[in-house]
Amino acid sequence: MLRKEDDRYMRGRGRFVADIRLPGMQDVAFVRSPLAHARILSIKIPPTLRDRVMIAADLEGVRPIRADTTLPGFKSSTQSALADDKVRHVGELVAMCIAPTRAEAEDIAAEIEIEFEELPAVVDMLQGRQPGAALLHEPWGDNLFLTSVTDVSNGTPPANAAYEVTRELRTARQVMSPMEGRGVVAEWDSRVEQLVVHTATQQPHIVRSGLAECLGIDEGQVRVIAPDVGGGFGYKGILLPEEVALGFATRKLGVPLRWIEDRRENLVAGADCREHHYLLTAYADANGRLLGLDCEASVDCGAYSAYPFSACLEGGQIGSLLPGLYDFPHYRCRVHSVATNKPPILPYRGVARTGACFAIEVTLDALAREIGIEPVALRMNSLVQPEQMPFDNIAKRHFDSGNYPEALRRAIEAIDLDGVRTRQKTGEPDGRRIGLGFALYTEQAGHGTSVYSAWGIPMVPGHEQCQARFTPDGGLEIRIGAHSHGQGLETTLSQVAHQILGVPHDRIKVLHGDTAISPYSTGTWGSRCMIMSGGAVAKACEALAGRLKHIGAKLLQTDAANVRLEGGAVVGPTSRIEVAEIARTWYRRPQDLPADVDPRGLEVTEGYKAERDTGTFSYAAHACLLAVDPVTGEVELLDYVIVEDGGVLVNPMIVDGQIQGGTAQGIGTALYEEMRYDERGQPLASTLSDYLLPGPTEVPAARILHMETPSPYTRFGQKGIGEGGAIAPPAAITNAINDALAPLGAELLMSPITPRRIVEAIAAAQHTQTPEAAE
Amino acid sequence: MKSAAFDYVRPRSVAEACDLLAENADAKVVAGGQSLGPMLNLRLAQPPLLIDITRIAELGRIAETDGAVTIGATVTHAAIEDQKIGAPANGFLARVASGIAYRAVRTRGTIGGSLVHADPAADWVSSLTALGAEILVVGPGGTPRRVSVADFVRGAMDVAIEHDEIVTGVHVPRLSATARCGYHKICRKTGEFAEAIGVAVFDPDRGLCRVVAGAGGGRPVVIDGARGTDRLLATFDDPRSGRECLDEAGVTGDDYQMQIHVAAVQRAVQELRGR
Repeated sequence: MLRKEDDRYMRGRGRFVADIRLPGMQDVAFVRSPLAHARILSIKIPPTLRDRVMIAADLEGVRPIRADTTLPGFKSSTQSALADDKVRHVGELVAMCIAPTRAEAEDIAAEIEIEFEELPAVVDMLQGRQPGAALLHEPWGDNLFLTSVTDVSNGTPPANAAYEVTRELRTARQVMSPMEGRGVVAEWDSRVEQLVVHTATQQPHIVRSGLAECLGIDEGQVRVIAPDVGGGFGYKGILLPEEVALGFATRKLGVPLRWIEDRRENLVAGADCREHHYLLTAYADANGRLLGLDCEASVDCGAYSAYPFSACLEGGQIGSLLPGLYDFPHYRCRVHSVATNKPPILPYRGVARTGACFAIEVTLDALAREIGIEPVALRMNSLVQPEQMPFDNIAKRHFDSGNYPEALRRAIEAIDLDGVRTRQKTGEPDGRRIGLGFALYTEQAGHGTSVYSAWGIPMVPGHEQCQARFTPDGGLEIRIGAHSHGQGLETTLSQVAHQILGVPHDRIKVLHGDTAISPYSTGTWGSRCMIMSGGAVAKACEALAGRLKHIGAKLLQTDAANVRLEGGAVVGPTSRIEVAEIARTWYRRPQDLPADVDPRGLEVTEGYKAERDTGTFSYAAHACLLAVDPVTGEVELLDYVIVEDGGVLVNPMIVDGQIQGGTAQGIGTALYEEMRYDERGQPLASTLSDYLLPGPTEVPAARILHMETPSPYTRFGQKGIGEGGAIAPPAAITNAINDALAPLGAELLMSPITPRRIVEAIAAAQHTQTPEAAE
Repeated sequence: MKSAAFDYVRPRSVAEACDLLAENADAKVVAGGQSLGPMLNLRLAQPPLLIDITRIAELGRIAETDGAVTIGATVTHAAIEDQKIGAPANGFLARVASGIAYRAVRTRGTIGGSLVHADPAADWVSSLTALGAEILVVGPGGTPRRVSVADFVRGAMDVAIEHDEIVTGVHVPRLSATARCGYHKICRKTGEFAEAIGVAVFDPDRGLCRVVAGAGGGRPVVIDGARGTDRLLATFDDPRSGRECLDEAGVTGDDYQMQIHVAAVQRAVQELRGR
């Protein structure tokens, strides 16, 4: 089924924040910190411009953004909407300038002089852990938000380990790059005494709570509207300091205010994800089976704990993600969540899993090379078997269902492992080297109360709710608190409703993205919507079905037990009545209803929680075939196979789109995207010519094969699949490159793998080897 | 970011454009705006006046003679890609044009603008140097002067032009029918700025053999086949002698950069030789 929302998107008729024009609206440009770490000594504003500029001192009563967790040992940071005493990353907001146009606002920004006392910057997580490192938050005494420890070690190292490898791995800091950046249009509605904030967010209700807390006003005085949103990926799962600043200023000044993020702000102030470091040791027994992992990991968390997911969403999860889909007895993992002078880390599609998958899967290939067996053989020996399902892994993750070895088997067959090995023996006529890499992952999705309450972040998902009602002409309105910004929920939730109520698709409207019209929800994140919103829509529609049957039976003058809902009508023993006719009667001809009709009518709110709220675990095996040019370091992806098990697929086309889109981002992580910093913490990319994103010619069409193991815990057996595509590609591609370069003795252990890194790794390997071995 | 305020004029003649430049010391000429536009928006350039030369009819013309094709300064990369000009280099110009950035950039970007901007990574800077093209420059006096691309490009974003002069076109000498060219660009992804460009031109009838290593951060490095055509081309059969040749010619860079410069030239030569 085609996506309902695409009609407006493809015709350019979507309505995004930047399309909103309010009478008298003024534009905002921010003065941002040019330094990574500095004390603000003074801010000079020309007197003639004073009423057009706001600084921290002007934000009376505004509280800083604070996102704490209840994890023991967590240290709290406070992030002021506009920096007061200190700036802790380049791009941090210092002043807001207001003018009729953005260009004029930038003219004002250029007139503001800030005197800083520059402080030594912590530009890397490992540096930040060193004793004597500069301190971001002085009262802490160090730069650690949190250190998380998982220890399931029955003896160290495993006594029967025949093989052992240790690798140091890194994933670069990245910038999430949705097509639409962030944007805010805020106004104070004096009629209802309410702040109305139009903002490009995935989580309107969470932004509402956060804004009310920071601005010190009632939640009822805040309405958040997320109109069409052009991609989120986690970048829009955050309470923005810009939202707080505009929310305060629009009320104070009495004019609507607009701020639209540009790509430079996005790159400089929003370089906010993926940066991990691992020192990982893997052990195997003499039979080539994984025995254990020892890991010390760090996450470069940036300067502040972002609301609501906190600075520790990644660091707090690595310990339980690293074991992957494998069953082994020995495990220790220590993870440091380190504060650095960079923008706050945010959860990017894949959230911690991309780094953890990279670390384990790349190290497994190194272990297989050490043993001298096919990397897939080591995996086959070590995967959780289908008969073990459901399975609690060594880090207590509860895998709900699936057949991991079968997914790998299908990937091996589809990519033709044997054929590739034969081809590698003959060599390529153009001098390039062919490599094949595999990577597997699970994607926990739709995890709920029990998981998030343990982390104790500002947001814990409970029952997901749906409001459903019939209109007088028989149309169906579905209201959800989550948000759809590319996921196609207006289509898939309509499919769920249609399946239960039989209402034609064109008569179903899914409404979302406005706190005034939707039930509370933590929003769209964690690949949860098809499970949670889908479950809620099903519950609400089932309740509506009961109401329809009740009223229909009354109108058919029979008992509700004698009727069924079928083909868009309530059908009784001798006659039928269309749903639209029931709706018309309820709303417009109540005189035709008996006195004992259920007064609650054709409008319901129902809540849903999965039977077990530890989440679904979709999974996939990725296989990548590529060619490496050892002279130039260029990489060409030749084939990419994905065997995915997302349980019951509600809309296979949308699932394939999710997988392909995620894979494009994974390719970016693997080969292109990297925000580098100099020793003073200056970001080295401020345009997209310096920060490379993969384009159409860099992203092959993946060959996607499906398996379907229904989740035992969800309404239809569906599993969350929104992030998986972005998890495995860095590992699969790195493994393929290392497979290609293994005969040269070169190994790459950092994403992105750039041509320079390849050339330098080959040169380094040649340097350490005999000329003969290096060919 | 949005540009700082500027005034904008659209002269109808070269003379008018030169006069405007002479009167406004900080004015900037804009044609396709594919480099200047982002610089304006990033406020890296804040000229008080922009002089848009795209409505000067003569700058969009193409003149063909037996010996050369003269391409007007505001002819777009797309027009060259689509072969709307003659083919002085047996289709080589169209081939080079088709690899410039993206089609959207090519639709607006102009050959003259690219040369005056003189980004070392630009395709025209290297390829037209190899072809021995000349740039036509006109000043307030109205008398055109011709300067070879090799002399025009003095370094990175540094060209031999006075403030009150504008480039009116590029004079590309025709290669003979037996001539062959090779071109190889190394960049991180399609449409990205080049990190190395190799150009090889061999025209036995005209006695021309030239190799250019471009995108090295300064002006392109030209190696003429003075010491014998076959010897020059054969130098690049082996990466070591290719490296020595580029070292000698003044190409600089670290090991990785030198390796890709050698590879770019080597592959351009291989293409020329049909290997």
